[in-house]
Amino acid sequence: VTPELGEGILIVALALALYGSVAAGTGARTGRSTLIESAQHAAVGVFVLMTAAIVLLAYAFLTFDFSVRYVASNTTLATPFWYRITAVWGALEGSIILWAWMLSLYTLLVILRHRENARDLYPWAMSAMLGVIAFFALVMTVSAPPFQRLSPVPLDGRGLNPLLQDTGMITHPIALYLGFTGFTVPFAFAMGALATGRVGDAWITTTRRWTIVAWYFLSLGLLIGGWWSYHVLGWGGYWAWDPVENAAFMPWLTGTALLHSVMIQERRRMLKLWNLTLVILTFLLTLFGTFLTRSGVIASVHAFTQGTIGAFFLGFLSLVALTALTLLAVRWDVLRSEGTLDSVISRESVFLLNNVMLVAAAFTVFFGTVFPLLSEAVRGVKVSVGAPFFNQVNIPLFLSLIFLMGVGPLIAWRRASVDNLRRNFLWPVTLGVVMALVCFVLGVRSSFAVLSLALTLFVASTVALDFFRATRARLRMGETLFPAMGGLLLRHNRRYGGFLVHLGILVITVGVMGSHAWSVQTETTLKRGESAHLGGYQFRFDGLSGRQEANFFRVSGTFTVSNGKPNLLVMTPAKKFYPQDQAPIAYVDYRLGLKEDLYMVLGDFARDGSQATIKVQVNRLVSWIWIGGLVVTLGTVLAVLPDRKAPR
Amino acid sequence: MNRKPKLMIGGGVIAAALAYMIYAGVTQSVVYFITPSELQAAPVTGKAYRLGGMVVKGSLQWQPRTLDLAFALSDGKASIPVRHHGTPPDLFGEERGAVVEGMWTSDGYFKATQILAKHSEEYKAPHDGDVSKKDLMKTLKGGGQ
Repeated sequence: VTPELGEGILIVALALALYGSVAAGTGARTGRSTLIESAQHAAVGVFVLMTAAIVLLAYAFLTFDFSVRYVASNTTLATPFWYRITAVWGALEGSIILWAWMLSLYTLLVILRHRENARDLYPWAMSAMLGVIAFFALVMTVSAPPFQRLSPVPLDGRGLNPLLQDTGMITHPIALYLGFTGFTVPFAFAMGALATGRVGDAWITTTRRWTIVAWYFLSLGLLIGGWWSYHVLGWGGYWAWDPVENAAFMPWLTGTALLHSVMIQERRRMLKLWNLTLVILTFLLTLFGTFLTRSGVIASVHAFTQGTIGAFFLGFLSLVALTALTLLAVRWDVLRSEGTLDSVISRESVFLLNNVMLVAAAFTVFFGTVFPLLSEAVRGVKVSVGAPFFNQVNIPLFLSLIFLMGVGPLIAWRRASVDNLRRNFLWPVTLGVVMALVCFVLGVRSSFAVLSLALTLFVASTVALDFFRATRARLRMGETLFPAMGGLLLRHNRRYGGFLVHLGILVITVGVMGSHAWSVQTETTLKRGESAHLGGYQFRFDGLSGRQEANFFRVSGTFTVSNGKPNLLVMTPAKKFYPQDQAPIAYVDYRLGLKEDLYMVLGDFARDGSQATIKVQVNRLVSWIWIGGLVVTLGTVLAVLPDRKAPR
Repeated sequence: MNRKPKLMIGGGVIAAALAYMIYAGVTQSVVYFITPSELQAAPVTGKAYRLGGMVVKGSLQWQPRTLDLAFALSDGKASIPVRHHGTPPDLFGEERGAVVEGMWTSDGYFKATQILAKHSEEYKAPHDGDVSKKDLMKTLKGGGQ
């Protein structure tokens, strides 16, 4: 009965979400609080139903209920426990259900947190969020039903894609979707602001933490995705400008722009229209990302017509865009800025430039991603736009953004005086220039490497200088060192949280630069006892062995690695043979290090074990990317801590 | 207030620079997807293409010691000899679809710099071990993405 029960739950959830959305909207317009309360109950009901639906699907996976088509397609009797859990969101239908569940969770949290403190905006926000949930429930009942019955019931399922059987795939979709769905909250409040005409600061201050949280989870999702790509796919990279990656990167870029531009509105009453546009754009891009990855258009424009899901998403995208544009048009006269830009050399203008660059990067990624689709649809010519395009256009943009990252937080509002500039930037600029010279003298000739290192040091020293001065001021007030620093971080948690996130981004930049500029690799075939040499290491092939594992057969090569000292370590890259799959899957062996990673992939081998073809990489500084992710996490936590303003 | 025009000019300069960067980037790095019969009809040397087809049965030659890989890609009408230096990827094999990126050389073969075997989230394992030819051609038309 699982299929029928599941479908029933989803239909009721759809009806309830629709009712709640209409009731909240009507209640907000007419001011009838009973309707708003009723909508709240509906939202709680939707959350309970969505939870029931996702638990039911998980139950079907755990009990191998192959009468559910989705379960049969994404698991086998041999799939280990954890991967049966992750299989719940391993493919299209399940990812939609996960999305809808998270959205219902966010809605519940918004109600709990804001029904008292944002009385005007929150009924509208609730209406918008329930509306979005209703759309996803509609997709699940019509276009991508997770509980579709399969008959006759097969004896065994077809199995989860072996590449997805990795711990990264447990967390990556969750983080990514928490990010995607999280941007619905600021979007919903922005809609509320437009509906009520209260387009001032209220929606921004209400959603500040929500935006940071969504941004953080999206960043985390991107990083975990990179980590998965790095240690599973075996090509030695973490980012390929693949359309699936780009789909998640575009809202990240506009979301980052939003985090910065709202500060100008809070401080200077400018950019009201721009902020609303950015939040709408970011939300649209999360939907567009799902459309891109789930409708099959990436493979071919013609795949679009194979399912209805593409049409659903495109229709909803247009509906949201039209509604938002109409609301913007209606409120046009209250969206004018109250403040003006006084000088080009000011914090406002640096933030503005930061926004232009981020949106430009988003546009570049968008263009490169959809150009092949457009070309195929319009001219009937299939083309591909590869990594060189994205790198060529984005690297200058990102380097400029890093420069602005150093300038923005310290330059004065309104109009920066020469004194302000000298005080804040003389030493950092000097250090950056010295860094560039040192790099050059040491023989670094990659302009990308020189520039990134110089800019990184420049930005890091602006942060250090600021923190040093603030601490010194507190010490002069008679505080001791650690309480002074701690107090500073907690009192100005938003500022220093932001700085910490910036430092994390710098650490990631160093990692990206190092792996880009200094990684080396080789590919070779070794007979037993022969060695490959790379980056000062020696990799000796000692033999092959085979072993039956839970749901696959593993053939691993044994390689003794040394660097001067003999027998430093043994690495065992392997190939995994899944019975339901024709081709084996490479199992990468790697050793992470702060300076460099050793990375081995077994390519091909002689069946008698006498010979193996391997790819060996020494990847430089890649670990800095993951460490940077940790720093970003710390910074985010600091930034969302409750405000501790001094009592006045 | 003559700041507005200044800002407009600044914005215009940035927009123009960006437009140029995107235009130059796309025209330099766009790679056309062609089929073996299209390449045979108009063999242009020295221009990067993505060539998609099925690896012809019996054409695959792999020399592990030298890492030389040779095979023929066919779309049913024409067959193009391809050479590559490097290990064949996991999903690569005879009578399977493959997309290679590279150039046609004047020596009469397609020199591949890259064999694309992308991961797909939507995993479709064959039911009983064999993929039909029709399915394969469908994947090929997808351009290997």
